[in-house]
Amino acid sequence: MTEPRIFPFGDTALVCEAPPPATLDCQRRVWAAAQAARDWPHVLEVVPGMNNLTLIFDPLEADPDALAAMLKAAWDKASAAPAAGREVEIPVQYGGEFGPDLKAVADHTGLSVKEVVERHAGGEYIVFFLGFQPGFAYMGGLEAALHTPRRAEPRLEVPAGSVGIGGEQTGIYPATSPGGWQLIGRTAQKLFDPSRNPPTLLQPGDRVRFTIAGLHA
Amino acid sequence: MIDVIRAGLLTTIQDLGRHGFRHLGVAMGGALDRLSLEVGNRLVGNRPDAAGLEITFGPTVLRFLRPTRVAITGTEFSATLDGKPVYSWWSLPVQAGQELTLNAAKRGMRGYVCIAGGIDVLPMLGSRSTDLQAGFGGLGGRALRDGDRLPVGAPRAGVGSGFSPDAPEFGVKAPAWCKFVLVDEPVRRGRHPSGVAWAPPIRVLPGPEYDTFTEDAQQAFWNDEWLVTPNSNRMGYRLAGNQLKRTQKRDLLSHAVMPGTIQVPPNGQPIILMSDAQTTGGYPKIGAVIHADLWKLAQIRLNGAVRFIPTTPYEARQALIEERKYLRQIDAAIGMHEERCARLAASAAV
Repeated sequence: MTEPRIFPFGDTALVCEAPPPATLDCQRRVWAAAQAARDWPHVLEVVPGMNNLTLIFDPLEADPDALAAMLKAAWDKASAAPAAGREVEIPVQYGGEFGPDLKAVADHTGLSVKEVVERHAGGEYIVFFLGFQPGFAYMGGLEAALHTPRRAEPRLEVPAGSVGIGGEQTGIYPATSPGGWQLIGRTAQKLFDPSRNPPTLLQPGDRVRFTIAGLHA
Repeated sequence: MIDVIRAGLLTTIQDLGRHGFRHLGVAMGGALDRLSLEVGNRLVGNRPDAAGLEITFGPTVLRFLRPTRVAITGTEFSATLDGKPVYSWWSLPVQAGQELTLNAAKRGMRGYVCIAGGIDVLPMLGSRSTDLQAGFGGLGGRALRDGDRLPVGAPRAGVGSGFSPDAPEFGVKAPAWCKFVLVDEPVRRGRHPSGVAWAPPIRVLPGPEYDTFTEDAQQAFWNDEWLVTPNSNRMGYRLAGNQLKRTQKRDLLSHAVMPGTIQVPPNGQPIILMSDAQTTGGYPKIGAVIHADLWKLAQIRLNGAVRFIPTTPYEARQALIEERKYLRQIDAAIGMHEERCARLAASAAV
């Protein structure tokens, strides 16, 4: 594995970035290093990205050089062995009013509606990192046959819990928001609840399976 | 308790923000002008992280239902208490039924009202800050409305008599930089297409993708005055000026961003991320505003301007040390007030 680049960003952050391409092995190192960094003194936030990890620290108290050395050591030590991410099942009502773009995805992929749903629910997805909104998980693992470009016209209001496909990714909208992904279904699961701790259903490293709670015409 | 008679343009409950949840996509939030909130809390005997009201522009009217102490910090609102002018950066005794009126700010953008005991809404994920995007924290995750009633906590245990509603008022000096925002600036009209008079200097460390911008873009970034467009808010300040072009168009993988990050989307117009910004992004980062200057951005008005000054990690750190020094001066001034109140109480007892 090539060496990561560790560099400061502003006066409050330190970034550890592996050279592209992004791989699952590399991401496992990101999660392991993140786990280690969480307990370091004066580190306020540990944020995994795609192929990278950022520490946000107290700029008065922390010693960035020392943190950089610790980060390098943690990265080297972090094994790419499968982490003990949790398995999370997400029941989805596919199609109908819940998935208004299911037909469009079927048309684009040349599969039947039923095949799209079975393949989507048959896959195992891995949460690479979260961002965009509280609880929004960037997941890898969508099989190539299901890749579908985003909608030409983004919707102004995508209902919370909507399950969508955007290019090579699949994901769930935690809150009602504008969005351009093709919506194939919806889950009743709460992806983000600030009164819970942890507040999100999904965390980096989790493995996700969608189950078919219903298929609507 | 406090009654919100008039909420004003955008008033939210904010403290020093929410920490430890960015990896789950939860924004930091918190007062945009952190330093003003910290001073305000000190002036009423609160812990530095107590929640206060962030008032954007005003006008705002509050009625106090119990005797307490309040402080107004940040921008200058020409405030009155029951019609009588009161100073900003002062600790003011308030009696039950009195009304505090904050008139529309003439300069600057955001002010803070701190109340002894703090605004006592339920903390969510370790903070009382309002997250307007995700709709939680503060009061129902929303901006205050006319007619809202706000719970106030008990004054901090062990707080001295100098903060009682009977103790005399006293003031501290505003952060030095406020002079530039709040006092009439030297007029430099005509230097910017928008005709804005003055562009406050904000210190910036070059970002990881700084070298991927053209030399012209780098020059423009430091030399131009950037217009703060009206499409700017607690999530980010969208700037307008010369288009910043890159020498290479390589896409970046998603990575963490934070308040102070200056990112440049493909349209070449930079965005400074603020407290409520999302946690990850993919645009190239031309720079990062140093921590000590973040609060200054909060006072720049829409259609105002900003310019960027290159700085070093050493200077960034010195700026923070200066800021802490200023806060220690405030603590010393408050200590003297407390001693004076204790002496007065002692002599009254004799």
